[in-house]
Amino acid sequence: MKENREGIKGWLNPTRYGANRFAYWLQRLTGLGLLAYFIAHVIETSNIVYGKNAWEKMLAVTQTTEGHIVLMVVIGMCVFHAANGVRLYIAEHGKGIGRPGRPEYPYKPTSLGLGMKACIWVSVALAALAMMYGAYVLFGEV
Amino acid sequence: MAKRVKIRVFRYNPAHDTDARYDEFEVEAERWTTVLDALLYIKAHKDHSIALRYSCRMASCGSCGMLINGIPRLACYTKVYELGSDVVTCRPLPNFPIIRDLAADFTAFFAKHKSMKPYIINEVAESIDGREFIQKPEEVEKYLQFSYCIKCGLCYAACPTVATDRRFPGPQALAQMYRYLIDSRDKATDERLRIVDDRHGVWRCHFAGSCSMVCPKGVDPALGIQLLRAYLLGMNRDSKVVAELYRREPK
Repeated sequence: MKENREGIKGWLNPTRYGANRFAYWLQRLTGLGLLAYFIAHVIETSNIVYGKNAWEKMLAVTQTTEGHIVLMVVIGMCVFHAANGVRLYIAEHGKGIGRPGRPEYPYKPTSLGLGMKACIWVSVALAALAMMYGAYVLFGEV
Repeated sequence: MAKRVKIRVFRYNPAHDTDARYDEFEVEAERWTTVLDALLYIKAHKDHSIALRYSCRMASCGSCGMLINGIPRLACYTKVYELGSDVVTCRPLPNFPIIRDLAADFTAFFAKHKSMKPYIINEVAESIDGREFIQKPEEVEKYLQFSYCIKCGLCYAACPTVATDRRFPGPQALAQMYRYLIDSRDKATDERLRIVDDRHGVWRCHFAGSCSMVCPKGVDPALGIQLLRAYLLGMNRDSKVVAELYRREPK
């Protein structure tokens, strides 16, 4: 029999199952992005062991336009991941997801109700605001 | 008014096919034509060799689940018109092994369901002797929603965790675990929690919510899983009082 398991490619399309699936996809993506940034950050700061010149050369990379854009994206990823993480933490404690009841057609799931959707879009909006503030600070210095 | 639609049917027979393919059929669809109607028309008039599973034709048996235009749905519960497309692509449910064409193998799915011990565990119930458990309406409402599950497997097919973790029980099984855990007639709370309190168990769910989006009966498995987790975290443990047996006095 053919196994037919979706595997990781099942994660790639965030548009099929509504806002929660989009948040799931973005949480994974930002988590991986932050992990990549963390590794890059450790490598970057480890340059200090090669002396002042190497350190300042590496630091200069973050002061370029490309460096600022990367930092803006990191700010956005960090804020979304944290805010959405708080939403998931609250949901895992059984709060904000509604209560079981008698299902009535057209069967709107209470766990994916307006409260959860609002929290997802607030997380996205906070990330966008933080990125804008980041852009103002970073590019304001150039 | 009827419209002509193209039905693309996934074809794969492991007995003699090395690769899967799609066969295409033109069908006249009325406003009330379901995808199952269209497939049965094709089977009756165009190609009788298509393998698919169905039974009740009214979203009660959960047999005709398949991936219709990329989303797990019941073929009998999905009208061709509501898909808003002139092309309807039918594939077997993902995360289930393919038996043939659109028929998927539910062995692992049912094994996971059984591993949750989907029955009341209470030694008192063995000696019921004309007595009955009295439950208040609010106690019934705690589990009633989850007992509407028809085991169609749509939630299992939509779940991104099932897609990558073979040991994850899946949304159906976990929601059923909560259904029996929170039932005031059940006394096996600790035994049940031990089954799901595992890194491949209830903690593996990332609340993508896809299971609840595709459920055709409004069971909302994501709600059951979050409530199960909350129970494990000690958030609503006081809410369960085990029911006692009473003898109903004749009036």
